[in-house]
Amino acid sequence: MAYDKFEILKSTAVPLPIENVDTDQIIPARFLKATERTGFGDNLFRDWRYNSDNTPKEQFVFNNPIYKGKILVGGRNFGSGSSREHAAWAVYDYGFRCVVSSFFADIFRGNCLNIGVLPVQVSAEFLDKIFKAIESNPETELEIDLPKQTITILASGEQESFEINSYKKDNMINGFDDIDYLTKMKNEITSFAETRPF
Amino acid sequence: MSTTLFDKVWDSHVVRKIKDGPDVLFIDRHLIHEVTSPVAFLGLKSRKNAVLFSERTFATADHNTPTINQHLPVEDPLSANQLKALEENSAEWGISHWGLGHQQNGIVHVVGPEYGITLPGATIVCGDSHTSTHGAFGAIAFGIGTSEVEMVLSSQCIMQPKPKKMRINVNGTLGFGVTPKDVALFIISKLTTSGATGYFVEYAGDVFRNMTMEGRMTVCNLSIEMGARGGLIAPDEKTFEYVKGRQFAPKGADWNTAMDYWKTLSTDEDATFDKELTFSASEIEPMITYGTNPGMGTGISQNIPKAEDVEGGVATYKKSLDYMGFAEGETMIGKPVDYVFIGSCTNGRIEDFRAFASIVKGRKKANNITAWLVPGSHIVEAKIKEEGLLDIFHEAGFVLREPGCSACLAMNDDKVPAGKVAVSTSNRNFEGRQGPGSRTLLASPLVAAATAVTGVVTDPRTLL
Ligand code: SF4
Repeated sequence: MAYDKFEILKSTAVPLPIENVDTDQIIPARFLKATERTGFGDNLFRDWRYNSDNTPKEQFVFNNPIYKGKILVGGRNFGSGSSREHAAWAVYDYGFRCVVSSFFADIFRGNCLNIGVLPVQVSAEFLDKIFKAIESNPETELEIDLPKQTITILASGEQESFEINSYKKDNMINGFDDIDYLTKMKNEITSFAETRPF
Repeated sequence: MSTTLFDKVWDSHVVRKIKDGPDVLFIDRHLIHEVTSPVAFLGLKSRKNAVLFSERTFATADHNTPTINQHLPVEDPLSANQLKALEENSAEWGISHWGLGHQQNGIVHVVGPEYGITLPGATIVCGDSHTSTHGAFGAIAFGIGTSEVEMVLSSQCIMQPKPKKMRINVNGTLGFGVTPKDVALFIISKLTTSGATGYFVEYAGDVFRNMTMEGRMTVCNLSIEMGARGGLIAPDEKTFEYVKGRQFAPKGADWNTAMDYWKTLSTDEDATFDKELTFSASEIEPMITYGTNPGMGTGISQNIPKAEDVEGGVATYKKSLDYMGFAEGETMIGKPVDYVFIGSCTNGRIEDFRAFASIVKGRKKANNITAWLVPGSHIVEAKIKEEGLLDIFHEAGFVLREPGCSACLAMNDDKVPAGKVAVSTSNRNFEGRQGPGSRTLLASPLVAAATAVTGVVTDPRTLL
């Protein structure tokens, strides 16, 4: 088992209604110097969260204690840019288990799934509803039901379903990852390798 | 059935297809560097796995290495620690390792092709998104995360759903002063940074046919900036000529077998794509970006677009211009610049330094400009010297640094200070990409050179 099992997550959410949030904002390159996977949460959105003298920027949503929870809700094209898995680690390490957006960059989405953070893609309209619901009441809870593939705004009951392929879904529910799968295929892979011309 | 180049390469690497899941894809070549590999090796150990085929992985140090005094110990303890981890992990598993100071050291996507690690029809991955560079050879090449680096180490495979296919055609002849970088920035400005998400792109048309291998690498390199997983170009005589005789390329009888296969690598005439776009070379002029993502680019003689004329959110657009200190409708030409960076896996090859030299020759670096000239590898560095470019640079007041990623991602000391403006030949202009608070204008080596000698954003066509 590679990470915690994910079935149903009920939580308040942190809104970040900005488009094209790139991986350099999620975790700036200067924090990629570690040789271990821990401690990245402190530097999640570092330059949006803190001034250069390390005092918190009050207007940034992470520094406003009324917004909290295990779900991060971001604007369209979330996670564009680099392949650094550190971006997904930082999201996880900060305490998020799920990121909601109307569109994800490919590599970021894949990285999230590989480490146990569920990317939930909703329609632009539904994303708007979520932002509005949180804006009018920061205590708004969302429920992500992975087995049923639904996301619900609990106060209003508004719901949408989301897509995930059944292989990844099983992995998330059971806490398995691709490495568990591939390790079992070793013989098949070794014979395949012999057929490669170079 | 007629198929595309992409299908041919992809399908021949599928070890197993999972129903309603990803394909298990065999990886021919795996490139690693100091930043995204240490945790993968930790994972390997903690699961008690071993490296399955160490001869298929190649290690080079580039992301956080200094670009001056490389013969001295690395000062930053964290960087030194990552370099040491790469060296030790490579030694432990028998992986060939080109560390700092090694003659073959350089930016991973520059040295891969130089030593024949990059081959047509191969699958190539690396924990760096600009792995798409290698698509220039008709390879399927893309960036992966650290979990996937661990997968490749332990199983030589990764699990990926097959992307959709897009073809981008650019036909005609490029105008005076228009380079491969401009072609790429032009396409990204049309597609936006998410326009090709979910797709793998094939570039076709005379513009790419007529490009050098270096130019093709620049174009494929930037595929990721429109959201694509990667981009590729069908191999041709130019490709084979480039690969032949390089250290890790097939030799003798193996070369002939490889050539027989490589010659089959093109898209069949009646094959179809999920999406196809066509542009004309005559639409493209030297490009420059004005915002905080690579899609926010414009022809250098144009003005910064008005918020209402761009797709997407007005608030996000304004936030971006605010960060840059620019206003809607302004012209880019004449904007003051503080730094010029030529280098990176996008434009750190010999052709890029030749272009730079063609403009700075007989001129002087502007006093207000700090310039970083960083070759992509020792081979590039040696050629700069051999071809007499170094003398041209020195006479014009420029110095040449040592190879590495440098200010492309500013993990080392090559950081643009807060509020300063850099014209950069690299690939990303995100907020703070070149140092906290730095402002980046992406452009070609020609635009960079013209700016370096005038001190303000300059159309290179006025100096050529
Ligand atoms: S030059 Fe930039 S994009 Fe290229 S490998 Fe280095 S950090 Fe990545």
